[in-house]
Amino acid sequence: MGVVLFYSFSGLAILTALFVILLPEPTRALLSLVLTMFSLSVLYVLLGAHFVAMANLIVYAGAVLVLFLFVIMLQGIGAKDSSVLQRFHPLFLFFAPIAAMVLLAGMTYIISGLISPPAREVSGTVEAVGKLLFTDYILPFELTSFLLLVSVFAAVALAKKEKGEA
Amino acid sequence: MTIPLSHYLIVSGILFTIGLFGLMIRRNILLILLSIELMLNAANLNFIAGSALHGEINGQLTAFFVMVIAAAEVTIGLAIAVLLFRKMDSVDTNDIRHLKG
Repeated sequence: MGVVLFYSFSGLAILTALFVILLPEPTRALLSLVLTMFSLSVLYVLLGAHFVAMANLIVYAGAVLVLFLFVIMLQGIGAKDSSVLQRFHPLFLFFAPIAAMVLLAGMTYIISGLISPPAREVSGTVEAVGKLLFTDYILPFELTSFLLLVSVFAAVALAKKEKGEA
Repeated sequence: MTIPLSHYLIVSGILFTIGLFGLMIRRNILLILLSIELMLNAANLNFIAGSALHGEINGQLTAFFVMVIAAAEVTIGLAIAVLLFRKMDSVDTNDIRHLKG
């Protein structure tokens, strides 16, 4: 059961990730990223990270990507990406896949050289994560809340229209 | 039958590579940000797989922090994208080249 789930959802994640980078319409790319998030959340649950899986669904698929959708809708048809051949000279287009393939081959080589024990499931329930979060990780936790506050200020300051500007 | 941990790492590596590839071939600022999100999530999968490797929960917390910081990054990035669109009427990085010497 777990094996079937793992291979089908990692396949789905990779397929939708390819859609994210290849589809010309930003809205479709974004919606396939939502699907990628869903399949990644399934993988997280298989690894026992229940809390992170749900946070991923709520924070990413729910909030962040909807924010993206708002901005894309705001820009309407002007946001459409030009076709690949218009963006680059075909000569330069060779380098991106080659660099990506070299990186992937290197990573696969290193990973396959590792001793690979089967994945042990750790139960990352809300209780376990919360206990650790409010004891050992209390300082980083508070710092991230401060970071979020600062980024809210920054976003408001950036998006606000200056006085006198139409 | 259990899944060897290296398969998770390889899936994460493939997703990261796809994100990097997207970063290189995309010319729309929003889609470049989306590719960065993809890379961050691949790194998250790596953290959680590492957490399962050691049987400890710390990796999951790191993934959680990465998620929060990514949310902050997206807020700023989208605000800048909106500003650019307002000023230059375009989100294409071929049009936004004032910093090019």
